[in-house]
Amino acid sequence: MASGPRSIVCIKQVPKAQELQVDPVTNTLKRVGVPSEINPPDRNALEMALRIKDEHGGEVFVLTMGPPVFTASLEEALAMGCDRAFLLTDRLLGGSDTVPTAHALSETIHKIGGYALIFCGEETTDASTGHVGPGIAGHLDHAQITYCSELTYRGGTVVGKRTVEDGYEWWECPTPCVVTVNFLSNKPRPPSITGKIRVKRGGLITTWSCADVGIDPGKVGIKNSPTIVAKVDTVQLPVRKAKIFRGNPREAVAQLLAAMAADGVLPG
Amino acid sequence: MTIPKDKSEYRGVWVFLEARRGRMRDVSRQLLGVARRLAHDRGTSVAGVLPGHQVEPIAHEAIEYGADRVYLVEDPRLEPYTSRPFTKVMATLVRRYKPEIVLFGATKNGRDLGGRLHAVIETGLAADCVALVIDEDGNLDMIRPSFGGKSLAHILCRQHRPQMASARPNVFPIPPRQPGRSGEVVREEVSITDADMDTKVVKFEERRGHKGNPIEDARILVSGGYGLREPKNFVLLEELARELGGAVAASRKAVDAGWVPKDFQVGQTGRTVRPKLYIAVGISGAVQHLAGMQESEKILVINLDHKASMFEIADYGIVGDLFQVVPEMTRQLRARKSAVAVPVPM
Repeated sequence: MASGPRSIVCIKQVPKAQELQVDPVTNTLKRVGVPSEINPPDRNALEMALRIKDEHGGEVFVLTMGPPVFTASLEEALAMGCDRAFLLTDRLLGGSDTVPTAHALSETIHKIGGYALIFCGEETTDASTGHVGPGIAGHLDHAQITYCSELTYRGGTVVGKRTVEDGYEWWECPTPCVVTVNFLSNKPRPPSITGKIRVKRGGLITTWSCADVGIDPGKVGIKNSPTIVAKVDTVQLPVRKAKIFRGNPREAVAQLLAAMAADGVLPG
Repeated sequence: MTIPKDKSEYRGVWVFLEARRGRMRDVSRQLLGVARRLAHDRGTSVAGVLPGHQVEPIAHEAIEYGADRVYLVEDPRLEPYTSRPFTKVMATLVRRYKPEIVLFGATKNGRDLGGRLHAVIETGLAADCVALVIDEDGNLDMIRPSFGGKSLAHILCRQHRPQMASARPNVFPIPPRQPGRSGEVVREEVSITDADMDTKVVKFEERRGHKGNPIEDARILVSGGYGLREPKNFVLLEELARELGGAVAASRKAVDAGWVPKDFQVGQTGRTVRPKLYIAVGISGAVQHLAGMQESEKILVINLDHKASMFEIADYGIVGDLFQVVPEMTRQLRARKSAVAVPVPM
């Protein structure tokens, strides 16, 4: 049997949802000292890629761009069953928005080469744009299937089930292509003991700088990002004067309905 | 594209008009309203861009909702939506006419297109904006929730053009339709080749049981959280929703637990809703949840824990056991209705 496809899964390490904090001075997300995890939808992307490997063979590489602490996420992905990991890390990349991020990841994917499938999560939980996956597809001029929940690999082509507002679409396209994977679309496998032992032995993670990949410093970083965060306001929620009822449920509900009816909130 | 030498060459506010099976999406109408205001502030005009097949009626409709001009690109290959040909149409027209601002609905296809396009033409794209205004320098201030809705980030794209933004459905109101409003439909040629058609939509399956986006359209939502304990308890919410003529929604915790499908999820990673009445049952009120419903007209909170942060934005609240309160509320509403229908003399 011919060897299966090489997949490259792009992941990001994000602050845990409940730990999000803004640095009041820099207006950026506090990352230092905040517990972080693999961006949850990226786990679904890893699982989708690993299932293709379970069925067809081949290999799964995992790629991230960020500071060296992102190694923790790469190690976890390796322990889930990825074969190799790549860390693109460079101060030049700091402050990149989605345009340079897609550019830098595309260049790195191009350098790794030999792939049929590129996976990303549908979006990240810290920035929530969903722009990097299709951005990579645009940069590399590959087909794309976004919001995918199931993928069938047919050697040279794939069919992906895509979630849209009013139903599901099945898109068929040739490889290489970019697939962005729906959050909660599968049950990501936990890291295995044997996987953890493989990670411990070392040698699976390749660390590259921009120069190693050949990324033009004039294309990345905060200076070369089209967008900037000019300022961040704390949200002032409208003050609502709550009418609160408690005690015996029957009386509390009766009082509530009377109050709502008096305010014209209840229909009829 | 990158950085133009002369930004003033870029003029006009564009809206990507999204057609779905022969109809214009509501979010496109909403964005035409936003575009009118921005165009007024910039002293320029509004144009819609409409790629599709046999969609000319939508072009005329867009004019009645505020477009001064619609660039219509008709080709059988532009139905249904696929990424590559739509990106080609948008990139070609942006290069041809140099708009200053381009707006997209943050729908699945709007994001699929915007994400690819912004990398191809190398310009900024801000996702999920909740407010769009012109700042004192004449730039588009693109305001979006960040950090799980705890704050609002002002995104600027100072040097690159066009400035591009997406907005979630239902964040902006639909402007009034003005029948007979004048504007021009300009047919544009963009050559779509075989090479652009490498992706095919081989099958479509409409989601059964509900049409469109039920929770986004509902005037009253009864939303359940982790406090419901078990999926079968959502029946209590369904009964209350039926009595009120509303729909059932859920928090992320209830969706993550597998109790309800993701389509029902309200919040940062779910859907944004702004019903007349939002009833939060057993929802503690994480900021990510609030981000998706805080624009609701009235909010009723039912929770056992009086310290639940949901109460902080409540108009009405009952501190009590939802398993008693919700059925009681259903019962009293039912009694109220029959009392109205058949007045009983006292």
